[in-house]
Amino acid sequence: MDILEDILQKEAKKSEKYKTTDVEKNVELELDLGNLLALDTNDLNLQELKSHKEKYLLNLARDNTQLLLNKLWDLPSERREDIVVAKLPAGTLRLPREKPCPKPKPLTKWQEYALEKGIKKKKKTNAVWDDIVQKWIPRFGYKKAELERQKDWVLEVPGNADPMEDQFAKKAEKKKEKVSKNEFQRLRNIAKAKKIKVPKEGLPSVANPSSDLLNTAAKVARVSTASLGKFQPKLPKEKTLKENVIAPKRVKRDHSKISSIDEKSSHLKIIDSILGKKPKLDIEKAVNRQVFQEQHE
Amino acid sequence: MPSLQRVQKPTTRKGKKILLAKEPKVFEDVKKKLFLTGRKASEVLRNCSKDLYKLSKPHAVILSRKNDILPFENIVPVENLCRNNDASLFFFSTTNKKRPNSLTIGRLFDGRLLDMVEFCINDYKSFDQFTASIPAETKPCLVFSGELWEQSQELAKVKSLLVDVFRGEVIDAVRLQGLEHVIMFTATNDNILMRSYQIQLKKSSTKLPRVELENLGPHIDMVLKRTKFASEDLMKRACRTPQEAKSKPKKNVSKDALGTTHGRIHMGKQKVGTIQTRKMKGLKKTAAEKRVARKSKKAN
Repeated sequence: MDILEDILQKEAKKSEKYKTTDVEKNVELELDLGNLLALDTNDLNLQELKSHKEKYLLNLARDNTQLLLNKLWDLPSERREDIVVAKLPAGTLRLPREKPCPKPKPLTKWQEYALEKGIKKKKKTNAVWDDIVQKWIPRFGYKKAELERQKDWVLEVPGNADPMEDQFAKKAEKKKEKVSKNEFQRLRNIAKAKKIKVPKEGLPSVANPSSDLLNTAAKVARVSTASLGKFQPKLPKEKTLKENVIAPKRVKRDHSKISSIDEKSSHLKIIDSILGKKPKLDIEKAVNRQVFQEQHE
Repeated sequence: MPSLQRVQKPTTRKGKKILLAKEPKVFEDVKKKLFLTGRKASEVLRNCSKDLYKLSKPHAVILSRKNDILPFENIVPVENLCRNNDASLFFFSTTNKKRPNSLTIGRLFDGRLLDMVEFCINDYKSFDQFTASIPAETKPCLVFSGELWEQSQELAKVKSLLVDVFRGEVIDAVRLQGLEHVIMFTATNDNILMRSYQIQLKKSSTKLPRVELENLGPHIDMVLKRTKFASEDLMKRACRTPQEAKSKPKKNVSKDALGTTHGRIHMGKQKVGTIQTRKMKGLKKTAAEKRVARKSKKAN
Protein backbone atom coordinates (compact mmCIF):
# COMPACT_ATOMS: atom_id res chain seq x y z
CA MET A 1 0.00 0.00 0.00
CA ASP A 2 2.80 2.36 0.96
CA ILE A 3 4.65 1.59 -2.27
CA LEU A 4 1.52 2.34 -4.26
CA GLU A 5 1.00 5.63 -2.42
CA ASP A 6 4.62 6.59 -3.02
CA ILE A 7 4.30 5.96 -6.75
CA LEU A 8 1.06 7.95 -6.94
CA GLN A 9 2.63 10.84 -5.04
CA LYS A 10 5.63 10.85 -7.37
CA GLU A 11 3.38 10.92 -10.41
CA ALA A 12 1.34 13.78 -8.92
CA LYS A 13 4.51 15.78 -8.31
CA LYS A 14 5.69 15.13 -11.83
CA SER A 15 2.47 16.41 -13.35
CA GLU A 16 2.62 19.48 -11.10
CA LYS A 17 6.08 20.37 -12.43
CA TYR A 18 4.86 20.49 -16.02
CA LYS A 19 2.06 22.60 -17.40
CA THR A 20 -1.00 20.88 -18.76
CA THR A 21 -1.61 20.15 -22.42
CA ASP A 22 -5.41 20.07 -22.04
CA VAL A 23 -7.51 22.96 -23.21
CA GLU A 24 -11.18 23.46 -22.41
CA LYS A 25 -13.36 25.04 -25.03
CA ASN A 26 -17.11 25.52 -25.20
CA VAL A 27 -17.26 24.70 -28.89
CA GLU A 28 -14.86 22.24 -30.48
CA LEU A 29 -12.45 23.62 -33.02
CA GLU A 30 -12.99 22.73 -36.67
CA LEU A 31 -9.68 21.31 -37.76
CA ASP A 32 -8.38 20.79 -41.28
CA LEU A 33 -5.19 18.86 -40.56
CA GLY A 34 -4.23 18.58 -44.22
CA ASN A 35 -3.80 22.34 -44.38
CA LEU A 36 -2.67 22.76 -40.73
CA LEU A 37 -5.78 24.89 -40.27
CA ALA A 38 -7.94 25.45 -37.18
CA LEU A 39 -11.20 27.40 -36.95
CA ASP A 40 -12.33 28.52 -33.50
CA THR A 41 -15.96 29.61 -33.43
CA ASN A 42 -16.08 30.34 -29.70
CA ASP A 43 -17.13 33.82 -28.63
CA LEU A 44 -14.33 36.28 -28.17
CA ASN A 45 -13.98 37.98 -24.81
CA LEU A 46 -14.41 41.51 -26.15
CA GLN A 47 -13.68 43.17 -22.82
CA GLU A 48 -10.33 41.51 -22.46
CA LEU A 49 -9.65 42.13 -26.13
CA LYS A 50 -10.08 45.83 -25.45
CA SER A 51 -8.14 46.01 -22.19
CA HIS A 52 -5.25 43.53 -22.59
CA LYS A 53 -5.27 42.96 -26.32
CA GLU A 54 -1.86 41.38 -26.94
CA LYS A 55 -1.96 39.18 -23.84
CA TYR A 56 -5.44 37.94 -24.66
CA LEU A 57 -4.54 37.21 -28.28
CA LEU A 58 -1.37 35.38 -27.24
CA ASN A 59 -3.29 33.15 -24.83
CA LEU A 60 -6.04 32.52 -27.35
CA ALA A 61 -3.47 31.59 -29.98
CA ARG A 62 -1.65 29.36 -27.54
CA ASP A 63 -4.82 27.47 -26.65
CA ASN A 64 -5.88 26.99 -30.23
CA THR A 65 -2.40 25.94 -31.36
CA GLN A 66 -2.24 23.48 -28.45
CA LEU A 67 -5.47 21.85 -29.60
CA LEU A 68 -4.25 21.70 -33.20
CA LEU A 69 -0.91 20.17 -32.26
CA ASN A 70 -2.58 17.66 -29.94
CA LYS A 71 -4.52 16.34 -32.92
CA LEU A 72 -1.40 16.41 -35.14
CA TRP A 73 0.52 14.31 -32.63
CA ASP A 74 -2.16 11.61 -32.92
CA LEU A 75 -1.55 11.12 -36.63
CA PRO A 76 0.24 7.97 -37.85
CA SER A 77 3.94 8.48 -38.33
CA GLU A 78 6.48 6.97 -40.67
CA ARG A 79 10.18 7.21 -41.28
CA ARG A 80 11.46 9.01 -44.36
CA GLU A 81 15.20 9.29 -44.82
CA ASP A 82 16.02 9.06 -41.11
CA ILE A 83 13.36 11.62 -40.19
CA VAL A 84 10.16 10.74 -38.37
CA VAL A 85 7.23 12.49 -40.07
CA ALA A 86 3.51 12.45 -39.41
CA LYS A 87 1.35 11.59 -42.41
CA LEU A 88 -1.20 14.32 -43.00
CA PRO A 89 -4.65 13.54 -44.41
CA ALA A 90 -5.84 15.39 -47.51
CA GLY A 91 -7.02 18.94 -46.84
CA THR A 92 -10.75 19.50 -46.60
CA LEU A 93 -10.84 23.19 -47.52
CA ARG A 94 -11.35 23.47 -51.28
CA LEU A 95 -9.12 26.19 -52.69
CA PRO A 96 -9.12 27.38 -56.30
CA ARG A 97 -6.34 26.42 -58.68
CA GLU A 98 -4.15 29.01 -60.35
CA LYS A 99 -4.43 27.53 -63.85
CA PRO A 100 -7.18 25.42 -65.42
CA CYS A 101 -6.87 21.62 -65.50
CA PRO A 102 -4.51 20.44 -68.23
CA LYS A 103 -6.39 19.32 -71.31
CA PRO A 104 -5.06 16.38 -73.31
CA LYS A 105 -3.39 17.69 -76.44
CA PRO A 106 -5.03 16.52 -79.70
CA LEU A 107 -2.90 14.16 -81.79
CA THR A 108 -1.05 15.52 -84.79
CA LYS A 109 -1.77 14.23 -88.29
CA TRP A 110 1.25 11.91 -88.17
CA GLN A 111 0.44 10.62 -84.69
CA GLU A 112 -3.08 9.68 -85.78
CA TYR A 113 -1.73 7.88 -88.83
CA ALA A 114 0.93 6.05 -86.79
CA LEU A 115 -1.70 4.96 -84.28
CA GLU A 116 -3.95 3.69 -87.05
CA LYS A 117 -1.19 1.75 -88.78
CA GLY A 118 0.45 0.60 -85.56
CA ILE A 119 3.77 2.26 -86.37
CA LYS A 120 6.04 2.51 -83.35
CA LYS A 121 8.97 4.88 -83.12
CA LYS A 122 12.34 3.14 -83.47
CA LYS A 123 15.11 4.65 -81.40
CA LYS A 124 18.07 5.49 -83.63
CA THR A 125 21.61 5.81 -82.34
CA ASN A 126 23.26 9.17 -82.88
CA ALA A 127 26.56 8.15 -84.48
CA VAL A 128 26.90 6.18 -87.70
CA TRP A 129 30.18 4.54 -88.77
CA ASP A 130 31.51 5.62 -92.11
CA ASP A 131 34.14 3.30 -93.65
CA ILE A 132 35.60 5.70 -96.18
CA VAL A 133 36.44 8.50 -93.75
CA GLN A 134 36.87 5.98 -90.88
CA LYS A 135 34.96 8.14 -88.41
CA TRP A 136 31.73 8.17 -86.43
CA ILE A 137 29.46 10.72 -88.11
CA PRO A 138 26.72 12.06 -85.78
CA ARG A 139 23.21 12.03 -87.17
CA PHE A 140 22.40 15.31 -85.36
CA GLY A 141 23.89 17.80 -82.91
CA TYR A 142 27.47 18.73 -82.11
CA LYS A 143 29.92 18.62 -85.06
CA LYS A 144 27.37 17.06 -87.40
CA ALA A 145 27.80 19.64 -90.18
CA GLU A 146 31.60 19.50 -90.12
CA LEU A 147 31.89 15.72 -90.13
CA GLU A 148 29.19 15.34 -92.76
CA ARG A 149 31.17 17.65 -95.02
CA GLN A 150 34.17 15.40 -94.47
CA LYS A 151 32.13 12.33 -95.24
CA ASP A 152 30.58 13.89 -98.37
CA TRP A 153 33.83 15.32 -99.74
CA VAL A 154 32.66 13.97 -103.08
CA LEU A 155 29.13 13.36 -104.31
CA GLU A 156 28.54 10.98 -107.18
CA VAL A 157 26.51 12.19 -110.13
CA PRO A 158 23.65 9.72 -110.49
CA GLY A 159 23.19 7.81 -113.77
CA ASN A 160 20.78 9.95 -115.77
CA ALA A 161 21.49 13.33 -114.23
CA ASP A 162 23.03 16.37 -115.90
CA PRO A 163 26.85 16.28 -115.45
CA MET A 164 26.97 20.09 -115.13
CA GLU A 165 24.52 20.07 -112.23
CA ASP A 166 25.87 21.11 -108.83
CA GLN A 167 25.11 18.09 -106.62
CA PHE A 168 26.12 19.93 -103.46
CA ALA A 169 23.75 22.81 -104.18
CA LYS A 170 21.06 20.28 -105.00
CA LYS A 171 21.58 18.54 -101.65
CA ALA A 172 21.49 21.87 -99.79
CA GLU A 173 18.28 22.89 -101.53
CA LYS A 174 16.65 19.54 -100.75
CA LYS A 175 17.43 20.06 -97.10
CA LYS A 176 15.99 23.60 -97.20
CA GLU A 177 12.80 22.29 -98.75
CA LYS A 178 12.56 19.55 -96.11
CA VAL A 179 12.96 22.05 -93.28
CA SER A 180 10.35 24.45 -94.68
CA LYS A 181 7.93 21.55 -95.31
CA ASN A 182 8.39 20.43 -91.70
CA GLU A 183 7.76 23.98 -90.47
CA PHE A 184 4.60 24.20 -92.60
CA GLN A 185 3.33 20.90 -91.18
CA ARG A 186 4.14 21.98 -87.61
CA LEU A 187 2.11 25.18 -88.06
CA ARG A 188 -0.69 23.22 -89.63
CA ASN A 189 -0.78 20.89 -86.63
CA ILE A 190 -0.91 23.85 -84.24
CA ALA A 191 -3.75 25.43 -86.25
CA LYS A 192 -5.63 22.10 -86.13
CA ALA A 193 -5.08 21.80 -82.36
CA LYS A 194 -6.24 25.35 -81.68
CA LYS A 195 -9.14 24.93 -84.13
CA ILE A 196 -8.04 27.89 -86.22
CA LYS A 197 -9.27 27.55 -89.79
CA VAL A 198 -6.49 28.11 -92.32
CA PRO A 199 -7.38 28.26 -96.04
CA LYS A 200 -5.76 25.57 -98.21
CA GLU A 201 -4.38 28.14 -100.63
CA GLY A 202 -3.51 31.78 -100.18
CA LEU A 203 -3.09 33.82 -97.03
CA PRO A 204 -5.51 33.49 -94.08
CA SER A 205 -7.97 36.38 -93.71
CA VAL A 206 -7.41 38.71 -90.77
CA ALA A 207 -9.92 41.14 -89.24
CA ASN A 208 -7.67 44.23 -89.38
CA PRO A 209 -4.78 43.52 -91.76
CA SER A 210 -1.65 45.66 -91.62
CA SER A 211 -0.13 47.31 -94.69
CA ASP A 212 2.67 44.68 -94.86
CA LEU A 213 0.14 41.89 -94.87
CA LEU A 214 -1.88 43.56 -97.62
CA ASN A 215 1.26 44.10 -99.72
CA THR A 216 2.25 40.45 -99.35
CA ALA A 217 -1.26 39.35 -100.26
CA ALA A 218 -1.23 41.52 -103.39
CA LYS A 219 2.21 40.17 -104.43
CA VAL A 220 1.13 36.55 -103.93
CA ALA A 221 -2.10 37.13 -105.88
CA ARG A 222 -0.17 38.70 -108.77
CA VAL A 223 2.23 35.83 -109.11
CA SER A 224 -0.49 33.16 -108.84
CA THR A 225 -1.05 32.92 -112.59
CA ALA A 226 0.24 30.41 -115.13
CA SER A 227 2.82 32.87 -116.44
CA LEU A 228 3.85 33.85 -112.90
CA GLY A 229 2.40 37.33 -113.11
CA LYS A 230 4.31 38.40 -116.23
CA PHE A 231 1.26 39.60 -118.19
CA GLN A 232 -0.77 40.97 -115.28
CA PRO A 233 -2.05 44.53 -115.76
CA LYS A 234 -0.42 46.97 -113.42
CA LEU A 235 -1.99 49.79 -111.43
CA PRO A 236 -0.61 53.32 -112.15
CA LYS A 237 1.45 53.59 -108.95
CA GLU A 238 2.14 49.91 -108.42
CA LYS A 239 5.78 48.94 -108.24
CA THR A 240 6.87 46.00 -110.38
CA LEU A 241 8.65 43.26 -108.56
CA LYS A 242 12.05 41.92 -109.42
CA GLU A 243 11.51 38.84 -111.52
CA ASN A 244 12.78 36.21 -109.14
CA VAL A 245 11.28 37.52 -105.86
CA ILE A 246 8.30 35.26 -105.31
CA ALA A 247 8.61 32.42 -107.80
CA PRO A 248 12.04 32.07 -109.32
CA LYS A 249 12.06 30.75 -112.87
CA ARG A 250 13.65 27.39 -113.30
CA VAL A 251 15.87 27.63 -116.35
CA LYS A 252 16.00 24.43 -118.35
CA ARG A 253 19.17 24.22 -120.36
CA ASP A 254 18.98 22.27 -123.57
CA HIS A 255 22.43 20.80 -123.95
CA SER A 256 21.80 18.79 -127.11
CA LYS A 257 21.81 21.96 -129.30
CA ILE A 258 25.21 23.36 -128.26
CA SER A 259 28.19 22.05 -130.28
CA SER A 260 31.43 21.14 -128.59
CA ILE A 261 33.29 24.00 -130.39
CA ASP A 262 30.80 26.59 -129.13
CA GLU A 263 30.94 25.18 -125.64
CA LYS A 264 34.76 25.31 -125.61
CA SER A 265 34.85 28.90 -126.82
CA SER A 266 32.28 30.01 -124.24
CA HIS A 267 34.27 28.38 -121.44
CA LEU A 268 37.54 29.95 -122.60
CA LYS A 269 35.82 33.31 -122.74
CA ILE A 270 34.80 32.94 -119.09
CA ILE A 271 38.35 32.00 -118.08
CA ASP A 272 39.83 34.93 -120.02
CA SER A 273 37.47 37.38 -118.35
CA ILE A 274 38.49 36.10 -114.92
CA LEU A 275 42.23 35.67 -115.38
CA GLY A 276 42.92 38.23 -118.09
CA LYS A 277 41.53 41.17 -116.18
CA LYS A 278 43.43 44.32 -116.87
CA PRO A 279 43.34 47.04 -114.22
CA LYS A 280 40.81 49.71 -115.04
CA LEU A 281 42.39 52.98 -115.95
CA ASP A 282 40.76 56.07 -114.62
CA ILE A 283 41.95 58.57 -117.28
CA GLU A 284 40.73 61.64 -115.46
CA LYS A 285 42.54 60.69 -112.30
CA ALA A 286 45.76 59.90 -114.18
CA VAL A 287 45.64 63.24 -116.02
CA ASN A 288 44.98 65.16 -112.82
CA ARG A 289 47.84 63.45 -111.11
CA GLN A 290 50.20 64.24 -114.00
CA VAL A 291 49.15 67.89 -113.97
CA PHE A 292 49.69 68.10 -110.20
CA GLN A 293 53.16 66.58 -110.53
CA GLU A 294 54.11 68.94 -113.30
CA GLN A 295 52.91 71.93 -111.29
CA HIS A 296 55.05 71.00 -108.33
CA GLU A 297 58.18 70.26 -110.26
CA MET B 1 9.59 16.35 -73.71
CA PRO B 2 5.93 17.34 -74.14
CA SER B 3 5.25 19.79 -76.95
CA LEU B 4 4.51 23.48 -76.74
CA GLN B 5 1.88 24.75 -79.14
CA ARG B 6 3.53 28.01 -80.05
CA VAL B 7 4.13 29.50 -83.48
CA GLN B 8 7.47 30.92 -82.35
CA LYS B 9 9.62 28.00 -81.17
CA PRO B 10 11.91 28.67 -78.17
CA THR B 11 15.48 28.85 -79.47
CA THR B 12 17.21 27.38 -76.40
CA ARG B 13 16.54 24.20 -74.43
CA LYS B 14 16.55 26.19 -71.19
CA GLY B 15 13.95 28.56 -72.59
CA LYS B 16 11.80 25.61 -73.60
CA LYS B 17 11.97 24.16 -70.08
CA ILE B 18 10.94 27.51 -68.56
CA LEU B 19 7.96 27.70 -70.90
CA LEU B 20 6.93 24.12 -70.15
CA ALA B 21 7.09 24.90 -66.41
CA LYS B 22 4.45 27.60 -66.97
CA GLU B 23 1.97 25.16 -68.55
CA PRO B 24 -0.97 23.98 -66.40
CA LYS B 25 -0.20 20.91 -64.29
CA VAL B 26 -2.26 18.24 -62.55
CA PHE B 27 -0.66 18.91 -59.15
CA GLU B 28 0.19 22.58 -58.94
CA ASP B 29 3.23 24.21 -57.36
CA VAL B 30 3.17 26.95 -54.75
CA LYS B 31 1.36 30.07 -55.98
CA LYS B 32 3.77 32.86 -56.77
CA LYS B 33 3.10 36.28 -55.18
CA LEU B 34 3.58 39.69 -56.73
CA PHE B 35 4.07 42.81 -54.57
CA LEU B 36 3.42 46.12 -56.28
CA THR B 37 2.80 49.75 -55.40
CA GLY B 38 0.23 52.20 -56.71
CA ARG B 39 0.42 55.96 -57.12
CA LYS B 40 1.79 56.66 -53.65
CA ALA B 41 3.65 54.45 -51.18
CA SER B 42 3.90 54.74 -47.41
CA GLU B 43 6.42 53.53 -44.87
CA VAL B 44 3.96 51.16 -43.23
CA LEU B 45 3.00 49.56 -46.52
CA ARG B 46 6.60 49.29 -47.65
CA ASN B 47 7.57 47.46 -44.44
CA CYS B 48 4.50 45.27 -44.69
CA SER B 49 5.29 44.27 -48.28
CA LYS B 50 8.93 43.60 -47.41
CA ASP B 51 8.00 41.38 -44.45
CA LEU B 52 5.38 39.41 -46.35
CA TYR B 53 7.90 39.03 -49.17
CA LYS B 54 10.44 37.60 -46.70
CA LEU B 55 7.80 35.14 -45.51
CA SER B 56 7.07 34.00 -49.07
CA LYS B 57 10.61 33.84 -50.49
CA PRO B 58 11.48 32.43 -53.08
CA HIS B 59 7.96 32.25 -54.45
CA ALA B 60 7.51 36.01 -54.52
CA VAL B 61 8.51 39.03 -56.58
CA ILE B 62 8.60 42.67 -55.46
CA LEU B 63 8.23 45.35 -58.11
CA SER B 64 9.89 48.52 -56.93
CA ARG B 65 8.39 51.06 -59.34
CA LYS B 66 5.19 52.97 -58.65
CA ASN B 67 2.35 52.19 -61.04
CA ASP B 68 -0.58 54.37 -62.03
CA ILE B 69 -3.11 51.61 -61.46
CA LEU B 70 -6.44 51.50 -59.64
CA PRO B 71 -7.32 47.81 -59.22
CA PHE B 72 -10.96 48.32 -58.41
CA GLU B 73 -11.45 50.38 -61.56
CA ASN B 74 -9.26 48.57 -64.03
CA ILE B 75 -7.63 45.29 -63.08
CA VAL B 76 -6.11 44.57 -66.52
CA PRO B 77 -2.67 46.18 -65.84
CA VAL B 78 -2.33 44.08 -62.68
CA GLU B 79 -3.31 40.95 -64.64
CA ASN B 80 -0.66 41.74 -67.26
CA LEU B 81 2.07 42.25 -64.65
CA CYS B 82 1.10 39.00 -62.95
CA ARG B 83 1.16 37.13 -66.25
CA ASN B 84 4.64 38.47 -67.06
CA ASN B 85 5.94 37.37 -63.66
CA ASP B 86 3.96 34.08 -63.64
CA ALA B 87 2.27 35.08 -60.35
CA SER B 88 -1.28 34.22 -59.30
CA LEU B 89 -1.48 36.21 -56.03
CA PHE B 90 -0.92 39.95 -55.83
CA PHE B 91 -0.49 42.49 -53.01
CA PHE B 92 -1.23 46.00 -54.23
CA SER B 93 -0.35 48.82 -51.80
CA THR B 94 -1.42 52.44 -52.16
CA THR B 95 -2.13 55.25 -49.82
CA ASN B 96 -4.19 58.37 -50.25
CA LYS B 97 -6.19 60.69 -48.05
CA LYS B 98 -9.43 58.79 -48.51
CA ARG B 99 -7.91 55.31 -48.04
CA PRO B 100 -4.72 55.53 -45.99
CA ASN B 101 -2.43 52.47 -46.01
CA SER B 102 -4.62 50.34 -48.20
CA LEU B 103 -3.40 46.86 -49.11
CA THR B 104 -5.36 44.99 -51.76
CA ILE B 105 -4.83 41.24 -51.78
CA GLY B 106 -6.12 39.33 -54.77
CA ARG B 107 -5.84 36.03 -56.62
CA LEU B 108 -6.05 35.11 -60.26
CA PHE B 109 -7.33 32.11 -62.15
CA ASP B 110 -6.10 31.48 -65.68
CA GLY B 111 -4.61 34.99 -65.86
CA ARG B 112 -7.92 36.66 -64.95
CA LEU B 113 -9.04 38.11 -61.64
CA LEU B 114 -10.82 35.72 -59.29
CA ASP B 115 -11.10 37.46 -55.88
CA MET B 116 -9.88 40.79 -54.54
CA VAL B 117 -10.06 42.22 -51.01
CA GLU B 118 -8.97 45.64 -49.80
CA PHE B 119 -7.66 46.10 -46.25
CA CYS B 120 -6.78 49.36 -44.50
CA ILE B 121 -3.85 48.83 -42.16
CA ASN B 122 -4.31 50.67 -38.87
CA ASP B 123 -1.41 49.30 -36.89
CA TYR B 124 1.64 47.43 -38.07
CA LYS B 125 4.51 45.80 -36.19
CA SER B 126 7.31 44.36 -38.28
CA PHE B 127 9.65 41.35 -37.78
CA ASP B 128 12.43 43.68 -36.63
CA GLN B 129 10.48 44.79 -33.58
CA PHE B 130 10.59 41.27 -32.13
CA THR B 131 13.48 39.04 -31.23
CA ALA B 132 12.21 35.61 -32.24
CA SER B 133 13.03 34.13 -35.63
CA ILE B 134 12.15 31.07 -37.71
CA PRO B 135 13.97 29.35 -40.56
CA ALA B 136 12.98 30.35 -44.09
CA GLU B 137 10.17 28.55 -45.95
CA THR B 138 8.55 27.15 -42.79
CA LYS B 139 4.99 26.04 -43.37
CA PRO B 140 2.77 27.91 -40.90
CA CYS B 141 -0.15 26.61 -38.87
CA LEU B 142 -3.18 28.80 -39.48
CA VAL B 143 -5.74 29.63 -36.77
CA PHE B 144 -8.93 31.63 -37.37
CA SER B 145 -10.61 32.83 -34.16
CA GLY B 146 -14.05 34.32 -33.88
CA GLU B 147 -17.46 33.07 -34.94
CA LEU B 148 -17.64 35.77 -37.64
CA TRP B 149 -15.36 33.70 -39.89
CA GLU B 150 -18.17 31.19 -40.23
CA GLN B 151 -21.25 33.35 -39.81
CA SER B 152 -20.49 36.08 -42.31
CA GLN B 153 -20.54 35.03 -45.99
CA GLU B 154 -18.05 37.74 -46.91
CA LEU B 155 -15.59 36.79 -44.19
CA ALA B 156 -15.82 33.13 -45.18
CA LYS B 157 -14.57 34.11 -48.65
CA VAL B 158 -11.89 36.35 -47.10
CA LYS B 159 -10.83 33.34 -45.00
CA SER B 160 -10.46 31.23 -48.14
CA LEU B 161 -8.27 33.95 -49.68
CA LEU B 162 -6.10 34.29 -46.57
CA VAL B 163 -5.57 30.52 -46.36
CA ASP B 164 -4.59 30.50 -50.02
CA VAL B 165 -2.09 33.33 -49.42
CA PHE B 166 -0.42 31.98 -46.28
CA ARG B 167 -0.74 28.25 -46.83
CA GLY B 168 2.54 27.72 -48.69
CA GLU B 169 3.33 24.36 -50.20
CA VAL B 170 0.77 21.55 -50.12
CA ILE B 171 2.40 18.63 -48.29
CA ASP B 172 1.39 15.10 -47.39
CA ALA B 173 3.63 14.64 -44.34
CA VAL B 174 5.17 17.01 -41.82
CA ARG B 175 8.04 16.72 -39.37
CA LEU B 176 6.34 17.48 -36.06
CA GLN B 177 9.39 19.16 -34.54
CA GLY B 178 9.47 21.49 -37.54
CA LEU B 179 6.11 23.16 -36.81
CA GLU B 180 7.57 26.49 -35.71
CA HIS B 181 5.25 29.10 -37.10
CA VAL B 182 1.60 29.89 -36.34
CA ILE B 183 -0.46 32.76 -37.73
CA MET B 184 -3.73 33.69 -36.06
CA PHE B 185 -6.47 35.79 -37.61
CA THR B 186 -9.07 37.19 -35.21
CA ALA B 187 -12.24 38.71 -36.62
CA THR B 188 -14.14 41.25 -34.56
CA ASN B 189 -16.95 43.48 -35.72
CA ASP B 190 -14.61 46.35 -36.51
CA ASN B 191 -11.42 44.77 -37.70
CA ILE B 192 -9.29 41.74 -38.47
CA LEU B 193 -6.21 41.18 -36.33
CA MET B 194 -3.33 39.14 -37.68
CA ARG B 195 -0.80 37.85 -35.18
CA SER B 196 2.17 35.70 -35.97
CA TYR B 197 4.01 33.63 -33.35
CA GLN B 198 6.89 31.22 -33.04
CA ILE B 199 5.93 27.84 -31.54
CA GLN B 200 8.09 26.49 -28.74
CA LEU B 201 7.43 22.91 -27.68
CA LYS B 202 8.03 22.27 -24.00
CA LYS B 203 8.06 19.05 -22.04
CA SER B 204 4.85 17.91 -20.42
CA SER B 205 3.63 15.07 -18.25
CA THR B 206 1.95 13.42 -21.25
CA LYS B 207 3.52 12.48 -24.59
CA LEU B 208 1.91 15.59 -26.10
CA PRO B 209 4.10 18.68 -25.90
CA ARG B 210 3.17 21.85 -24.05
CA VAL B 211 2.88 24.68 -26.57
CA GLU B 212 4.36 28.09 -25.72
CA LEU B 213 4.27 31.01 -28.12
CA GLU B 214 6.67 33.88 -28.68
CA ASN B 215 5.87 37.06 -30.57
CA LEU B 216 7.44 36.78 -33.98
CA GLY B 217 5.79 39.38 -36.18
CA PRO B 218 4.38 40.75 -38.38
CA HIS B 219 1.39 41.89 -36.32
CA ILE B 220 -1.20 43.68 -38.45
CA ASP B 221 -4.46 45.35 -37.40
CA MET B 222 -6.54 45.82 -40.49
CA VAL B 223 -10.03 46.86 -41.44
CA LEU B 224 -11.90 45.18 -44.25
CA LYS B 225 -12.93 47.69 -46.91
CA ARG B 226 -13.96 46.95 -50.48
CA THR B 227 -14.24 43.45 -51.83
CA LYS B 228 -14.72 41.94 -55.27
CA PHE B 229 -15.51 38.26 -55.26
CA ALA B 230 -15.81 35.81 -58.14
CA SER B 231 -19.17 34.63 -59.39
CA GLU B 232 -20.31 31.20 -58.24
CA ASP B 233 -19.70 29.40 -61.52
CA LEU B 234 -16.25 30.96 -62.00
CA MET B 235 -15.30 29.80 -58.51
CA LYS B 236 -16.68 26.35 -59.28
CA ARG B 237 -14.66 26.18 -62.48
CA ALA B 238 -11.51 27.31 -60.65
CA CYS B 239 -11.92 24.69 -57.91
CA ARG B 240 -12.31 21.82 -60.37
CA THR B 241 -9.72 19.10 -59.82
CA PRO B 242 -8.55 17.02 -62.76
CA GLN B 243 -9.41 13.31 -62.86
CA GLU B 244 -5.81 12.32 -62.24
CA ALA B 245 -5.70 14.23 -58.95
CA LYS B 246 -8.81 12.61 -57.52
CA SER B 247 -7.91 9.66 -55.30
CA LYS B 248 -10.03 6.66 -56.22
CA PRO B 249 -11.33 4.81 -53.14
CA LYS B 250 -10.47 1.14 -53.12
CA LYS B 251 -13.61 -0.83 -53.76
CA ASN B 252 -14.50 -3.99 -51.86
CA VAL B 253 -12.28 -3.00 -48.91
CA SER B 254 -13.83 -1.86 -45.64
CA LYS B 255 -12.77 -1.35 -42.05
CA ASP B 256 -15.01 -2.32 -39.17
CA ALA B 257 -15.30 -0.62 -35.77
CA LEU B 258 -12.51 -2.71 -34.23
CA GLY B 259 -10.07 -1.71 -36.95
CA THR B 260 -9.89 -5.01 -38.83
CA THR B 261 -9.82 -4.62 -42.58
CA HIS B 262 -12.37 -6.67 -44.49
CA GLY B 263 -12.07 -7.37 -48.18
CA ARG B 264 -14.41 -8.98 -50.69
CA ILE B 265 -13.04 -11.34 -53.27
CA HIS B 266 -15.23 -12.51 -56.10
CA MET B 267 -14.66 -16.13 -57.02
CA GLY B 268 -16.01 -17.92 -60.09
CA LYS B 269 -18.71 -20.57 -60.11
CA GLN B 270 -17.62 -23.80 -58.39
CA LYS B 271 -17.98 -27.07 -60.23
CA VAL B 272 -19.89 -28.83 -57.49
CA GLY B 273 -20.11 -32.05 -59.43
CA THR B 274 -16.36 -32.54 -59.64
CA ILE B 275 -15.22 -31.63 -56.14
CA GLN B 276 -12.60 -34.01 -54.78
CA THR B 277 -14.24 -35.95 -51.93
CA ARG B 278 -13.44 -39.16 -50.09
CA LYS B 279 -12.72 -42.05 -52.38
CA MET B 280 -15.12 -44.97 -52.06
CA LYS B 281 -13.74 -47.87 -54.01
CA GLY B 282 -17.11 -49.55 -54.34
CA LEU B 283 -18.63 -46.51 -56.12
CA LYS B 284 -15.81 -46.32 -58.68
CA LYS B 285 -16.80 -46.84 -62.31
CA THR B 286 -15.70 -50.12 -63.87
CA ALA B 287 -14.03 -50.24 -67.26
CA ALA B 288 -17.28 -51.33 -68.93
CA GLU B 289 -19.25 -48.45 -67.38
CA LYS B 290 -16.60 -45.98 -68.52
CA ARG B 291 -16.87 -47.30 -72.09
CA VAL B 292 -20.64 -46.81 -72.07
CA ALA B 293 -20.27 -43.25 -70.72
CA ARG B 294 -17.71 -42.39 -73.47
CA LYS B 295 -20.00 -43.74 -76.21
CA SER B 296 -22.99 -41.72 -74.96
CA LYS B 297 -20.82 -38.59 -74.87
CA LYS B 298 -19.71 -39.14 -78.48
CA ALA B 299 -23.31 -39.64 -79.60
CA ASN B 300 -24.24 -36.27 -78.00
